[in-house]
Amino acid sequence: MVSAARATGRRWSLSSRAAARLRHRSLRAAAVVYLGLMIALPAAVVIDEGFARGLSDLRDGLAYPGAAEAVWLTLATSTAAAVVNAVFGTIIAYVLVRFRFPGRRLLGALVDLPLAIPTLVTGVMLVALYGPASPIGRALEGAGIEVAFARLGILLALLVVTLPFVVRAVQPVLLELDPAEEEAAETLGASGWTTFRRIVLPAIRPAIAAGALLVFARSLGEFGSVVIVSGNITGRTLTAPVLIFQLASQFKPEQAAAVASVLFAISFGTVLITTRLARGRRGGQP
Amino acid sequence: MSAGFAIRRGGDRDAMFRRRRRAAVLRGMLVALCVLYLAVLLLAPLAGVVWQALRPGWRVLGDTFTRSDVVHAFTLTAVIALITVAVTTAFGVVVAWVLVRQRFRGRAFLNALVDLPFALSPVTVGLACVLLFGRGGWFHDFFAARGIQIIFALPSMVLVTIFISVPFTIREVQPVLEEIGVEEEDAARTLGASVMQTFLRVTLPNIRRGLLYGIALSAARAIGEIGAVLVVSGLIQGRTETATLYIYRAMEERQTASAYVVALTLAGVSVLILAAIEWVKRKRTREDEA
Amino acid sequence: MSELIRVENLTKRFGDFEAVRDVTFTAEAGSITALLGPSGSGKSTVLRMIAGLETPTRGRIWLGQEEQTHTSVQERRVGFVFQHYALFRHLTVWQNVMFGLAVRRMSKRERRARVEELLELVQLGPFRDRYPDQLSGGQRQRVALARALAPRPNVLLLDEPFGALDARVRQDLRRWLDNLHRELGVTSLLVTHDQDEALELANRLVVMREGRIEQVGTPNEIYNEPATPFVAGFVGSANVLHGHVIDGHMEFGEHRVPIANDLADGIDARAFVRPHDVRVRAGGSGGGSGTARATVERIVTLGWLSRVVLRLGDGQAIVAELPSDELCDVGLGDVVAVDVRRALAFRASDVGRLAEFASVES
Repeated sequence: MVSAARATGRRWSLSSRAAARLRHRSLRAAAVVYLGLMIALPAAVVIDEGFARGLSDLRDGLAYPGAAEAVWLTLATSTAAAVVNAVFGTIIAYVLVRFRFPGRRLLGALVDLPLAIPTLVTGVMLVALYGPASPIGRALEGAGIEVAFARLGILLALLVVTLPFVVRAVQPVLLELDPAEEEAAETLGASGWTTFRRIVLPAIRPAIAAGALLVFARSLGEFGSVVIVSGNITGRTLTAPVLIFQLASQFKPEQAAAVASVLFAISFGTVLITTRLARGRRGGQP
Repeated sequence: MSAGFAIRRGGDRDAMFRRRRRAAVLRGMLVALCVLYLAVLLLAPLAGVVWQALRPGWRVLGDTFTRSDVVHAFTLTAVIALITVAVTTAFGVVVAWVLVRQRFRGRAFLNALVDLPFALSPVTVGLACVLLFGRGGWFHDFFAARGIQIIFALPSMVLVTIFISVPFTIREVQPVLEEIGVEEEDAARTLGASVMQTFLRVTLPNIRRGLLYGIALSAARAIGEIGAVLVVSGLIQGRTETATLYIYRAMEERQTASAYVVALTLAGVSVLILAAIEWVKRKRTREDEA
Repeated sequence: MSELIRVENLTKRFGDFEAVRDVTFTAEAGSITALLGPSGSGKSTVLRMIAGLETPTRGRIWLGQEEQTHTSVQERRVGFVFQHYALFRHLTVWQNVMFGLAVRRMSKRERRARVEELLELVQLGPFRDRYPDQLSGGQRQRVALARALAPRPNVLLLDEPFGALDARVRQDLRRWLDNLHRELGVTSLLVTHDQDEALELANRLVVMREGRIEQVGTPNEIYNEPATPFVAGFVGSANVLHGHVIDGHMEFGEHRVPIANDLADGIDARAFVRPHDVRVRAGGSGGGSGTARATVERIVTLGWLSRVVLRLGDGQAIVAELPSDELCDVGLGDVVAVDVRRALAFRASDVGRLAEFASVES
């Protein structure tokens, strides 16, 4: 009796261990298949089409009329967006963390708004306000400042869409900073600005960089807001993602893939740097 | 002995007030700068679209929402968003769990793969779908032979939306899973809970907030997606036109009034989602503080 | 000696809460003064007001010859050692110590020499290139001290400088700081809740409770002549015995003990008796006034010292501490003679609920 029970017990434990292993394996398989089908496969097909004949395809992609200009415009506006939002994102994060004022909650919520608002709607909003149909847009145009259907409009759209990134990257790091470090700097004679520059800034610099790179990467691919606001004038306000869309809808998938590959190569590099930075921050000085 | 302490009384006090006033002014200016920045980028454009949408009068609301193509567009958006959220939630939890709790070769690669949608332009995602299922694509013949329409139809639209939304749930659940560790799960198992019971009664309640946050972000993204869907949809009115695609077409056709109304509605839905996110977040921080 | 720090009627209010009320004291040049009190007594707030990190609601502060009530932190030139050190995490030991010199625009060569000198002083030369999180707690403490001392401050302010360290390191550092102070002679103000620390390091103690000063005095005065029941209970341990004052004696049950201070006859009082002022003799007989009989309830041996819990005839417990070798013929349950050498009495109404707080844990 006893030995039989023990025997079944053992068989039980064996089979349950096998079951556990099976469960683990099947879950892992599900994860691999899901990510493989949903992400790896589409990425692979673009890279395959884009680089089918090696780097010459890339050159062909850029050789298409307006393609090089589009890529340059995308790079330039994305860089500008990264810089501007790095500065303002840092200021906003600092104000949100360090100052107490009425409406602080609201300001914090507003920063998250672009995460929720469809990017296309962002574009529509900008056109509604700064476009030729609005008095503000006409007034700006009269003053020689073109927003809608111009490069400034593209920049504005990118700034809105990527607004949360730097703020949300910097905020937790600022919160974690020990205010005593700043007080220590002050007792040692450092002014407010010196304290910020030498104590606060070095601590949040990796976060600012990570946020700015995220802004850059996201801006490279931004479509919804830009397609509405830019006017898509070839050679002037046509960005790379919009060009890819145009090529794809004109049934020129090879050319589209070539441009997409250029874009992908740049943004993938950026994301790699970002994750490296994030890891550096966490594991950094041991 | 204390005679020396009597020197300098008044002058310093003024200096202090000056210093404080300067600091207060600086703070005020920084806050004002932030408000101004957000006003130019967000608040004013938001006000602009409200004003433009309602300029023709309230009648435009009724006119817009009774149009069959508008109704169909919203329905299609809801269908796509629902499927997307269901898929990314279910598989997102599995992927997060596997990435956190299992050690295997290729785990780092799998982890990096999750971030890929952040690096790809949505338009590129749409293009990938065309390259896979479009004429001359890798799988075109397979599905064409069975009479299954992928491209210019719902399946491809769902697929690209899922692609875009994959990272959110995973990236929200992963850190929570890491943080809670295995102790509670082990404890539940020693108390006789089965694997499923452990997951439902211990793991799930623990990751609930991260999961909700991920769902909200996925939903917002799915509702607002345009680039990828635009490429694969074929823009067939009344069939493959989502709410965002309707706005896009209306803007192209200069029917701005209805475009603004639909845009405003989408923005409203998104704000509701944002409010949900904020609510979850606030609850989470309050729990952390407790 | 001259006064280097002087605060007068210092008061700080946070909203409705009065954290510090009418605090007045001075610290002489070259001395170490300790602000001693339980947590929440306002001592850190006083220190932060002196540093200029907090603005007083009322009152005045002098550092040296000048009134500094309204000057900025930067102008006060104090050295401040923070409770958790607040070392700059992104800077090395060397850069941390250098910081105060760099922002004060000292010449490069002078700077280097000064940092060198300080690292020597705190014995951290070999660790100059490490980051704060590569150091032990004690090492961080020393870096914090070197950083505060580098710009040659007139006064050194230390906020619970040993609070975050474990007992052994604390002992060592305390001794080390004592030596350092002898060497440098910089006027120091130390905030602590640890009475041993205050008694060992300071020339003068300022005992605080609930935002007010209870007593200012030398360690000796504070320990032996506590002005209030709070000080008697907070500094050093004490037995609290219930009884009445009769003719310069404290009477509890059938026993009488002479008391060191004057109280009116007949009032309800509490006697504070240091455990080492209680003597125990085997055999419950003999002795004159001040001798009582008690039963031994518990003996705890702490190495050379033993702690004996005794039950007096009227049911009150009293704890005695005495060298273990004086206890060889005393056993559990024995009736022994108890001598109380010294007792301080306070009006029972003044003691109130403090009695529980002050009494020796037995």
